[in-house]
Amino acid sequence: MALIELKNVIGGYGGAPILNGVNMSIEQSDIGVIVGPNGAGKSTTLKAIFGLLKVTEGSIVFQGEEIQNALPDRLVPKGLSFVPQEKNVFTSMSVEENLEMGAFTRTDDFRPTIEWVYDMFPVLREKRRQPAGELSGGQRQMVAMGRALMSKPSLLLLDEPSAGLSPRYVLEIFEQIVKVNKAGVAILMVEQNARQALAFASRGFVLATGKNRFTGTGPELIADPEVAKSFLGG
Amino acid sequence: MNELIFFFNNVIVGGVALGSIYAVGAIGVTLIFGILRFAHFAHGDMMTMGAFIAFLLMLACQALGISVPFLPTGFLVLPVAMVLTTIIALGLDKGFYAPLRKRGAKPVTMLIASIGVTLIIQGLIRLFFGSGTWSFFESETKQLIRIPVPLEGVTRTINFTQPQVLMVVCTAVAVLALHFFLTRSRLGKAMRAMADNPDLAQVSGINTKVVVRVTWIIAGSLAAMAGTMLALDVQLKPDLAFNIVLPIFAAAIVGGLGQSYGAIAGGFLIGFAETAAIFNWSVLLRPIAGALPFEVPATLAIVPTEYKLTVAFVILVVVLLWRPTGIFKGASS
Repeated sequence: MALIELKNVIGGYGGAPILNGVNMSIEQSDIGVIVGPNGAGKSTTLKAIFGLLKVTEGSIVFQGEEIQNALPDRLVPKGLSFVPQEKNVFTSMSVEENLEMGAFTRTDDFRPTIEWVYDMFPVLREKRRQPAGELSGGQRQMVAMGRALMSKPSLLLLDEPSAGLSPRYVLEIFEQIVKVNKAGVAILMVEQNARQALAFASRGFVLATGKNRFTGTGPELIADPEVAKSFLGG
Repeated sequence: MNELIFFFNNVIVGGVALGSIYAVGAIGVTLIFGILRFAHFAHGDMMTMGAFIAFLLMLACQALGISVPFLPTGFLVLPVAMVLTTIIALGLDKGFYAPLRKRGAKPVTMLIASIGVTLIIQGLIRLFFGSGTWSFFESETKQLIRIPVPLEGVTRTINFTQPQVLMVVCTAVAVLALHFFLTRSRLGKAMRAMADNPDLAQVSGINTKVVVRVTWIIAGSLAAMAGTMLALDVQLKPDLAFNIVLPIFAAAIVGGLGQSYGAIAGGFLIGFAETAAIFNWSVLLRPIAGALPFEVPATLAIVPTEYKLTVAFVILVVVLLWRPTGIFKGASS
């Protein structure tokens, strides 16, 4: 059984729907990458999963349970975590406090998870007392991912994790994402650096006008001449 | 020396007392702004309400013969008054602000609603207590503490009242408790997180409704405390704290909206500035009158007492020109 399955999801912010029937399926071991032109509904798909916009039709089934339109404070304890594209750290709070906020819904001892996050992103251990607002873009992205991992999610949703980062950091963040996935967390991410991201994606989804256009493994999509021509810039 | 002691009694003692009241009031305003994103205009009246609740409790205690030596009954009943005011504050939120929030009302709508709440509270107080003044010290005496200064030729003593001492102690305890709450507890950190970035707080799974409730609990209890302290320092009347809601807002804005430490700093800054502005500086100049190139007038205050309120605005303008988001870099909108 898939970890999460979106069936014909239609939804939007109240006006005309932005998603016109999105289908997706992710297994626990997967890294899913959503690519597509601007306005295709990529980020909107993540927000629909995370209850941040209204799903009017279709279903989202996570671990066998329908979760469409459930709010984050119910989804986080179930094992879903979301890293928004922008403003994804608490700038006035220290790195460690940011991580603690990610564990807000947990009632057990989360110290080991903080250590686990520090092991994954060693630079954060060094900077743990510093306000997150003082960190560089790449380090902030690590804080944001660390925060999201603190709830011990089984599925991590990432909205353009490489946005605004210099090419060197883009590769580094992608390496970190693969590392997180190897630690047993399924990933579903939206990416502008489509070719680079699809290269390590076990599931790739090309969206256009709120619908799936192509679905396959990342390498398959890159090899598909039609996908390459229309969506990956030749 | 006598003149310096006069200065100390009027400006420093007065400034600490007034600053404590402003600070405790401004913390509530700034927390509500940080979490709920609107200027809670009715905060002054929540303070007045708290003071009247304390007053009623004091009358009840006196009727029952409950008293503690050396402690004004007003302070004795303060914790109970804080709890009761908090309950009313939560009720006000449920009745007036929560429905608006649910509909996604704009901050200005919330502000107007809070002006409505101001009128309701003031009206209710006038309905039950009339528009006259009341005193916490009808049957008790306000103890004056005089500390002699052991210097030759000094006849004046350093004076302050017992409520003023207790007021400073209460403020210190409240500020420390708030500090530990905000930096050590899970909910306190969640409050800071929500003030910092409400969308991310929601995404992190923070239960925003609980945070809103905690905000009202803190703001309500601090309002009762500030109001009661003010009534113990001066007198109790229906527009007691409505009259100081402007300096309180100025304190919150000067400190940086949403910043609790800023509100404390702003409160004391405006408190001291007000007492210094209405102080008759001639008193200090008279002993050195011979060395001055001008004649010392009989009274030389920066502003007359009745224009005290303008001081807060001058400070507000000056600080905002220098640091547009306040001393502690608060929210700008």
